[in-house]
Amino acid sequence: MANRGWDEFEIGAMLRSFDGVSNDIATTQQEDRNYSQSNSFVASVADWRIEKPIFAKDFCIDCQFCWIYCPDMSIIARDKKMIGVDMDHCKGCGICVEVCPTNPKSLLMFPEHADEEAELAKWPAKESKEK
Amino acid sequence: MSEMKKIKNLKEFSTSADRFEGANLLCPGCAHSIIVREVLNATNDDLVLSASTGCLEVCTAVYPYTSWDASWIHIGFENGSTAVAGAESMYKALKTKGRLKQPDRNPKFVSFAGDGASYDIGFQWISGCMERGHNIMHVVLDNEVYANTGGQRSSSTPIGGSNTTTPAGRVSYGEKKTKKDMVSIMASHGIPYSAQVAPNKWKDMVKKIQHGFSVDGPVFINAVSPCTTEWKFDPKDTMMLTDLSTDSLVFPLYEIIDGHELNITYRPKTVVPVEEYLAAQGRFKHLFKDEYKYLIKEWQERVDAQWAYLNRREEARV
Repeated sequence: MANRGWDEFEIGAMLRSFDGVSNDIATTQQEDRNYSQSNSFVASVADWRIEKPIFAKDFCIDCQFCWIYCPDMSIIARDKKMIGVDMDHCKGCGICVEVCPTNPKSLLMFPEHADEEAELAKWPAKESKEK
Repeated sequence: MSEMKKIKNLKEFSTSADRFEGANLLCPGCAHSIIVREVLNATNDDLVLSASTGCLEVCTAVYPYTSWDASWIHIGFENGSTAVAGAESMYKALKTKGRLKQPDRNPKFVSFAGDGASYDIGFQWISGCMERGHNIMHVVLDNEVYANTGGQRSSSTPIGGSNTTTPAGRVSYGEKKTKKDMVSIMASHGIPYSAQVAPNKWKDMVKKIQHGFSVDGPVFINAVSPCTTEWKFDPKDTMMLTDLSTDSLVFPLYEIIDGHELNITYRPKTVVPVEEYLAAQGRFKHLFKDEYKYLIKEWQERVDAQWAYLNRREEARV
């Protein structure tokens, strides 16, 4: 769908989310869907981010708090496991980091240009609780 | 398809396939899409959706893209609810005539609207839908302001808030009126179910949404949706703000069945003072000046009185 001029809009538009027949979307995961070019899934908002979340699998307990509270459907959960962050749709709001209950957190925010492997190598250690 | 989706815990819930897509243009940290996801993921049935004009509508349907993986329509500011009610009437008529192509499917009819489109502009239309008894659910994404057009006050805006049409300054403390009690107004139509929900209490919310889908008749849901832009807080604090709103009892979570039977569904273990809820938001910053501090006290008294009222109603079962 190339860029269209202001006078090329149709009056009242109907967009199809999928190409072809799509009967059971509610039970089809995103990788198996036949998205059309007018579904916003094919677009990206990655350039909105100033900070990005990095996911440290070792500390994750798969509580799925980040999945339920992510406003951008960017936490990828499959088979009850959290497997990563969808960097095309993440806007870098940082909610996932705030709601992460582990110690140390399994998700942390870093500047957009940070190197994932380098940051994972120096991940903060467990904080002792002060009483 | 018609049996209820089983959601026992969050892990089980997380196997849902989202029918609301990313790369919509809602602000980072917007609670709207958290609420929409929780509503849509509460069922596996087909959905017929509408959105009235508002943040949700302008951000999820930016030509040439749509963020919805279900039938979705937008018409005007006021008539999102009637559009869905019309679709529901048509569905019923075709079903009676036996002309449905897939009669075993059991679609759900949901209309989303902001507080502007529900409390003010679409009020008459929603009231009509509730009165006519369509089998639809109306979900209000209540961010207490016309956020889409730049932060004008709506009749959902609480007292003391500084908005662009009710700014706080030397002569005024901002909005002068208290919030309209929409859940009670809708319950007064005698509808089978109306409830107030919050996205942080996802289990309570999913339970209410599923109950709403299971009853026959109109359902009204009021969902608190903290607005990072107009409430003026950091995008990462959306869930903290929602926690504060439910735990301070500014947004008590309750349901009203058949217009009279009230149940409180969430009682915070420790009730947070309203002052903390106000302090977390930039729009109430001026209330902490000495001359306006009496408003915070009044606010606390009002919240306490409302909580006592809800408790008395729950006890009396009227």
